[in-house]
Amino acid sequence: MGKRVLLVEDEPNIIEAIRFILQRDGWHVSSHSDGATAFDILSATPPDVVILDAMLPGRSGFDILREVRDTDETRNVPVLMLTAKGQVKDRELAEHYGASAFMTKPFANADILATVRALAG
Amino acid sequence: MSFDLLIVSCLAYVVLLFMVAFAAERRAKQGRQEWVRSSLVYTLSLSVYCTAWTFYGAVGNAARSGLEYLTIYLGPTLVLLAWWLILRKLVRIGRTQRITSIADLIAARFGKSNGLGVIVTLIAVAGTTPYIALQLQSVTLSFAVFTQPSGSGFAPTDPSGTAFWVAVGLALFTILFGTRNLDANERHHGVVMAIAVEAVVKLLALIAVGVFVVWGVADGPADIMARIEASPIATWELSGARWVGLTFLSAAAILCLPRMFQVLVVENADEAHLATASWAFPLYLLLMSLFVVPIAVIGLDLLPQGANPDLFVLSIPLSEGQGGLAMLAFLGGFSSATSMVIVAAIALSTMVSNHIVMPIYLSFQKGGATIAGDVRKVVLISRRTTIIAVLLLGYLYYRLSSGAEALAAIGLISFAGVAQVLPILLGGLFWRGATRTGAAFGLITGFTVWAYALFLPSFGESGVISAAILTEGPWGLSWLRPQALFGIDGMDPLVHALFWSIALNTLAFCAISIITFPTPLERLQAARLVDVFAYTAGTRGWARGTVETEDLMIMTQRILGPSEAQALFQAEAERQGTAGYLPDASPEFLERLERRLSGSVGSATAHAMVGQIAGNTEALVEDLIRVAGEAQQILEYSQRLEQKSTELSRTAGELQRANEKLTALSVQKDAFLSQISHELRTPMASIRSFSEILRDESLTDGERTQFVTVIHDETLRLTRLLDDLLNLSVLENAQVTLNIGQGTIAEMIDRAVMASGVKVATPVLRLDRRKRDEQIVVETDTDRLTQVFINLIGNAQKYCDAAEPVLRIRVSMLHHDILLDFMDNGSGIPSDSQALIFEKFSRLTDSASSGGAGLGLAICREIMGRLGGAIDYMPGQSGAAFRVRLPMRAVQAA
Repeated sequence: MGKRVLLVEDEPNIIEAIRFILQRDGWHVSSHSDGATAFDILSATPPDVVILDAMLPGRSGFDILREVRDTDETRNVPVLMLTAKGQVKDRELAEHYGASAFMTKPFANADILATVRALAG
Repeated sequence: MSFDLLIVSCLAYVVLLFMVAFAAERRAKQGRQEWVRSSLVYTLSLSVYCTAWTFYGAVGNAARSGLEYLTIYLGPTLVLLAWWLILRKLVRIGRTQRITSIADLIAARFGKSNGLGVIVTLIAVAGTTPYIALQLQSVTLSFAVFTQPSGSGFAPTDPSGTAFWVAVGLALFTILFGTRNLDANERHHGVVMAIAVEAVVKLLALIAVGVFVVWGVADGPADIMARIEASPIATWELSGARWVGLTFLSAAAILCLPRMFQVLVVENADEAHLATASWAFPLYLLLMSLFVVPIAVIGLDLLPQGANPDLFVLSIPLSEGQGGLAMLAFLGGFSSATSMVIVAAIALSTMVSNHIVMPIYLSFQKGGATIAGDVRKVVLISRRTTIIAVLLLGYLYYRLSSGAEALAAIGLISFAGVAQVLPILLGGLFWRGATRTGAAFGLITGFTVWAYALFLPSFGESGVISAAILTEGPWGLSWLRPQALFGIDGMDPLVHALFWSIALNTLAFCAISIITFPTPLERLQAARLVDVFAYTAGTRGWARGTVETEDLMIMTQRILGPSEAQALFQAEAERQGTAGYLPDASPEFLERLERRLSGSVGSATAHAMVGQIAGNTEALVEDLIRVAGEAQQILEYSQRLEQKSTELSRTAGELQRANEKLTALSVQKDAFLSQISHELRTPMASIRSFSEILRDESLTDGERTQFVTVIHDETLRLTRLLDDLLNLSVLENAQVTLNIGQGTIAEMIDRAVMASGVKVATPVLRLDRRKRDEQIVVETDTDRLTQVFINLIGNAQKYCDAAEPVLRIRVSMLHHDILLDFMDNGSGIPSDSQALIFEKFSRLTDSASSGGAGLGLAICREIMGRLGGAIDYMPGQSGAAFRVRLPMRAVQAA
């Protein structure tokens, strides 16, 4: 059984693409599209890597990240932040809250794979 | 006695006068003025009052009207005996204010008004011209008497020729001695001295003739008294009104006649002389009048009936064979005439030149009048020209009125003319409330009445005023008859004219003065002149030129600061070569200092400050007025500044508000761009990711088809988004041109259904319509309204979460509006989000489905706004419900 990636994202087509890329590399990918419940899912069984979209229905990705870092069980889980806004402000915000990595949409498939591999270490 | 001898004697006499005048001028220039400027000379110069009119005319007057001639002496005697009342004030004002003429005095009193100066000058010219004519006439007549030794009448070979040459000679003399130099105080030592000599000659001449008459013709005083008793002179009834009128007139004349003002005020060297003159001049007048009645009586006795009594002084000695005495009498008359003309011409030329010619010249010379030499030349030229013009006018008047009146009558007309200045003069001297406007009105009123009632009728019935007007009045208005104004008939014409002109003059002067307000300068001048003694008493002791340099230094330090003041004074001390750092307060230094200070405090203030320390208080009050003027300007300037500063702060406030608005707009724009970025990047992320997968991998056909479909759909989504953006941008910003057309609601909904692709989409959205209600013809932009329907139907398709989605469309009319309701059977929009749905990119974040750009409802709202309607969310329905309201305008049932 490969390592587990939790993808928190609300765009079905993007979920589809990332899932395809990572599964082919042997990752076990589960996805969740609702921001409000994302942290509960995450903290219940912390995955090896979390890919977190910044804009989610119900709760903002940054808000979820902050709780992840404030919680003992999830503090050390690597988090890759994804955002479609692509502004410097968002990158700084992500770093401030303790994101392990930061990528903007659209992304290169190779980059996302390499980053996830690196984060899983 | 031959005419030639007479001419030679005349010329010799004139040469003697020239020499006297020349000697006096030289003495004055050498500073030995004591004798030239004695009270005796002053008193004698006043005798310019006694002209040929008094010399010859008094006898004629006595022969015709008895003792009436005495009034002519009575008036001046009263004025001089009461010298401390008016004359002392006049002389003091004249000296302190450097008054050059009566016109100058009136102008100065009423706020330095040149307009008044001009009026007084014109009155003086008009009043003096007949008088000069009178002198020419008397000289001409006296020449004529000599050419006809019988003395029975006069028929000179060419009287106007004589008059002309006399005028030319007088003009020459006046120009030579009256305009030799320009003295600041307009004093003419030579002329005054010559006139004093003439005064002696005419007094001696008259007394000599008198003595000859009393002791040579008659047998002493007793015989004369008896003859007087027997003559018609004793039987003359004295008219009380005429006596009062004439006395008043002669008193007014000595104050107002330009020549009298010249000798009394302008040529006065010392106020103390006035005290001497106050008794000496009446004495002179008494001597002049002493033998008038005896000469008249003897003349009436001795000479044939019809002999001109105006010439008794000459004709009696001639008829008695006393050639030498006649010659003396002739020279006396000649002296009387020439002295009057000379002084009058000088006085008039000063007035005309200062008040009329120079103002006109300077107004043509803008800025070029600073070269003193040039102006002096112009002044001299203008004075000389004026003298010639004045004498020419007198000559013309003489030609015009020749023989129309007896000598005395012409003199009285003149007196009455200049007497019009009296109310203004006295009012100006004693009444602070007198104003410039009042003075102008009074002068013009009095002068007009005088001209109409006395001057113009004097040319005779064939003259300017016709006989008809004299007897019936102008336009038949009898109350306007020149010699019976307001229906008052039967008065002596002179007293009548005098009464009305002075009364109306005074009335106008007082009334207008009371209702008008004086300017500040007028107030100031009124105070200075009315209270001239209070003003000048304290300043007598000022030792001029003893300026304390330290005081100047202290003042300068206050204004310029210590270092700059010290530098200024030190530099000046070096320039003067004075030891130490305090220079002498030379006039040049004071001038420089004043210029320097005026840069800091304004010229008027600087002048006043330096003047205060330098003790030059003369101009101080005037300067203070100017200081006040400057302060006023500064005040106005600061008010303007204040106003500007208020405007600026208001503008600043507006700018701040505009800036806040812009900042808010900028924040909105950033948020909008951030949203746009997100909306564009999301589909692009899918496209990129899948295209990379498609490029790199070996995929199954199923996968390949699936991924290509995703890319295709996302591309469509991008296109839609861009279309919406462009639509919204146009609707929000540009001047939208509405393409108004006609169509039914049903047609437009049909088109919207087709365009939104509801029929082919899954799950199928069922439409619940009532086509019967939709048959309403609308006049509107049908394409844009259809766009609203497309968006609403599309939203229902995308967001309606019912298992079997249904969209109900209902059309109804309310008042003047068409209402279109779009209601689906989904879960609807949460109440806390309902307020946001019409904002851009407000796509509700809990909606899971993709594809919407969040611009649709914003576009709908914009379109409905343009069409004059509205779109609103209807809460409380089972699902999401929107109401479109369209106004009835251009709407009708099908």
